[in-house]
Amino acid sequence: MYSGLVTVAYVTASILFILSLGGLAHQETARRGNLYGIAGIVIAMAATLFHLGRSNVTATVVAIVLGALAGLIIAQKVVMTQMPQLVAMLHSFVGLAAVLVGFAGYLEPLVATAGAEHTIKLVEVYLGIFIGAVTFTGSVVACGKLHGSLTSKPVMLPGRHWLNLGILLLILVLGAFFLATASTALGVTLLIVMTLLALLLGVHLILAIGGADMPVVVSMLNSYSGWSAAAIGFLLQNDLLIVTGALVGSSGAILSYIMCKAMNRSFVRVILGGFGQSAPNASAATERPIQETSAAQVSEELLSAQSVIITPGYGMAVAQAQNAVSEICALLRDKGVPVRFAIHPVAGRLPGHMNVLLAEARVPYDIVFEMAEINADFAQTDVVLVIGANDTVNPSAAEDPHSPIAGMPVLEVWKARRVVILKRGLAAGYSGVENPLFHKDNARMLFGDARDMTEQLLAHLKV
Amino acid sequence: MKLGIPREVHDNEHRVAATPASVRKLIALGHEVAVERGAGMAAQFADGAYEQAGATLVDTPQSLYARSECLLKVRAPGHHPQYGVDEADWLPEGGHLLAYLWPAQHPELLQTLAGRGVTAFAIDSLPRISRAQPMDALSSMANIAGYRAVIEAAQHFGRFFTGQVTAAGKVPPATVLVIGAGVAGLAAIGTARSLGAVVRAFDTRPEVREQVASLGADFLAVNMAEESSGGGGYGKAMSDEFIRQERALFLAQARQVDIIITTAQIPGKPAPTLITTEMVEAMQPGSVIVDLAAERGGNCELTQPGAVVVHHGVTVVGYTDLPSRMATVASELYATNLLNLVAALTPEKDGQFQINLDDEVIRGVTVTHRGRITWPPPDRPPPDRPTPPPAPPTPGPEEPLPGAQQQPAAPARKHLGRALLVLLAAAALIGVGAYAPPSFLAHFTVFVLACFIGWQVVWKVTPALHTPLMSVTNAISGIIVIGAMLHLARSDSALITVMSFVAVLIASINLAGGFRVTQRMLNMFRK
Repeated sequence: MYSGLVTVAYVTASILFILSLGGLAHQETARRGNLYGIAGIVIAMAATLFHLGRSNVTATVVAIVLGALAGLIIAQKVVMTQMPQLVAMLHSFVGLAAVLVGFAGYLEPLVATAGAEHTIKLVEVYLGIFIGAVTFTGSVVACGKLHGSLTSKPVMLPGRHWLNLGILLLILVLGAFFLATASTALGVTLLIVMTLLALLLGVHLILAIGGADMPVVVSMLNSYSGWSAAAIGFLLQNDLLIVTGALVGSSGAILSYIMCKAMNRSFVRVILGGFGQSAPNASAATERPIQETSAAQVSEELLSAQSVIITPGYGMAVAQAQNAVSEICALLRDKGVPVRFAIHPVAGRLPGHMNVLLAEARVPYDIVFEMAEINADFAQTDVVLVIGANDTVNPSAAEDPHSPIAGMPVLEVWKARRVVILKRGLAAGYSGVENPLFHKDNARMLFGDARDMTEQLLAHLKV
Repeated sequence: MKLGIPREVHDNEHRVAATPASVRKLIALGHEVAVERGAGMAAQFADGAYEQAGATLVDTPQSLYARSECLLKVRAPGHHPQYGVDEADWLPEGGHLLAYLWPAQHPELLQTLAGRGVTAFAIDSLPRISRAQPMDALSSMANIAGYRAVIEAAQHFGRFFTGQVTAAGKVPPATVLVIGAGVAGLAAIGTARSLGAVVRAFDTRPEVREQVASLGADFLAVNMAEESSGGGGYGKAMSDEFIRQERALFLAQARQVDIIITTAQIPGKPAPTLITTEMVEAMQPGSVIVDLAAERGGNCELTQPGAVVVHHGVTVVGYTDLPSRMATVASELYATNLLNLVAALTPEKDGQFQINLDDEVIRGVTVTHRGRITWPPPDRPPPDRPTPPPAPPTPGPEEPLPGAQQQPAAPARKHLGRALLVLLAAAALIGVGAYAPPSFLAHFTVFVLACFIGWQVVWKVTPALHTPLMSVTNAISGIIVIGAMLHLARSDSALITVMSFVAVLIASINLAGGFRVTQRMLNMFRK
């Protein structure tokens, strides 16, 4: 009867997880979605504990309580701009847990197997540990890059593709030996060697990917953490783990796909890394001079505008300018100037990064639009404020078929009557492609730190 | 290149082809600039200001023309009243000229220029594409003309534009009809609106309706479907039936409106007659018509180019020099347009012209070159449509550019890839079905179905919530804690106990942290 109850609990948890993801379809239902998720996990864990009886229950509860406390504290302390690092770090935990459970599952199988089932189990162990290990170090590196403790530039060893391929082949060969051997000692040794190789692969793969490709990487790691959970689920013959792993895995895969589409780059090319290293091509637009402006002038233009769109990018997050931006928005709206936000899908370092920052700064979400919704409106817009965005507003993606970013969908800010670009300098964006936007006739540069500049702007607007 | 800026000698021409500000930038492009004394006087630019900007002042036009390799002018070369010669005769052999030339109307001028080996750039022949906009003097001037047309109308109109309620009674607002919503028409609409008038606008091109509405005017339409865009942003001549209906509309409007501003022009033809004597007589006395097409014959039957006439109490303004009446701003904009063209001709900023006839803009403005007439330029495809990327003739090796991957050369390979994928998937399924034990198959079914549910559900997530989605899926993937708990509970060795204890611990961090941070984020999203 117990196992029947546990199964029912697991089914309930699976449904709650599906409802949880479904709830995220709209802002109105999102909070409920999260609660469903919590309910699901609580039910699943309670049922498991109940099912386990008394063996080692203290240790289990202690581990859960300690872990939960630590998690809550971390989650409470983190500021929203650190969200990308946090998510990457949490991914690494799942990876590491998968590795540990995989080893445990090999050494002390919970389900006795023989014959074909045994082989399948070994494959599952091997796969689970492999994906877990890659996720673990990959996420740690991604976290380091996002945190700034590692360089966000792609680090490329000579012959890195061959290196990756070599590691993969070696892992395959080791896998064949692993399946063939009957000795546990040899099996464990092989597993450990494979794990080390996979850890190395994770580091090397993510090191070669540059900072602005991080949205893809983080969603990919998200996907991996799901697949590793699913592999462990197969190993333990646990449907809840399989369902959840599959949900998370496909969610991450879809996110990666969306991010790749938004950059007009194939997944494989992002993963192979090294983007942004092509020599910047001399652009024809540089013959035209750039035109500078001042905060005072911009504030006048904003106040006399009939419509304003603000286009934030990673620079806004770096400079922590979102609060000043939000205040500018509120002030303009008070004075009757309609303000909207336009968000490029890959703005920032995480899918939806900008939305979270703006929400934190109390920008109402119904004036924040995604690219597809707002791109057609730029032509009827008086002033566009580009804050710390570069490649996502680069007209050469649309106009210059030879540009490395040609065909990437971009926010067509240059169609507005006036584009004001807040930027520290004229440096090329992440892709290394020069931005002819800065030389356009209707473009004005407002040089400086995004935060200083938005605060100056705010001061002028308040007078 | 030695650039020369002569004083304009055409009647009532107060503009000048360069301002002190543009001279400074021309010099920055590596050119030398000489200005005829008094050239900018009528536009309020003093000789001293030009000198300060780095230009050399020259006393007589002869010496200016003699020393210059390229002349920047407003009007086409013509009779010089003071010296009694044609300015074109002063142009140096093999020199350059940059001005309004109207090649279609002045073929003899082109002959003369080509005969002297002059390379002439007609600023009015600029192709109307986005890239050429900074040089588009026609638009700059049309904008000024549109503004000035309203000001002239106000000058001759005996009432307010804006409606007012005063202690002495209520004054209704003026009603303005603008015919032709090109650059000038739109500028007129905007100006009349900002003065407070009620504005209606008519254009044969239905696609400008939105622009008209955006300026706050009502768009009048003839209820008849007819394609009327003539290319290059101009209208084209319309059918008889259309014109009949259009006239009925104008007559009805003439009875209601106080001011009519007409801007209709068809390239290479006299301006169409839109406002007949009958319509003028239908207007209230005191009404005003400003005809911006006066130079090309006028849209109104009664228009006299260059003059103001009053008929039946209706004033018809036919000035042909509206931009010149605002000579300061007109010169500033025109000088900037010319500067941008000179900049395009001087790509190296070394003071050397490079006349690249493969460049659509430069090809368009070059009307004589090396002794030959190069106008009109060969036809080009309509500019607004993006040219399709050239398909490679043979499927070559993989293009190294990342941008090339989406080009239509790939579909064959894509189809092949897709077919391979389907085959692989089928093979894998058959393999699994044939050899895997039933217990595995049950889990496999669950797995595949869950993937599909995930696929369905996640696509519905709004992009704004992608970060919360990620953190919630991340939290959920902490479900691996279940596996760790099972192992911890049943472990026999210290090693496994420690390992699974750590696994439970970190998976719990993940669970609690993930859900908490999601909650925090979602609490921030609000209307």
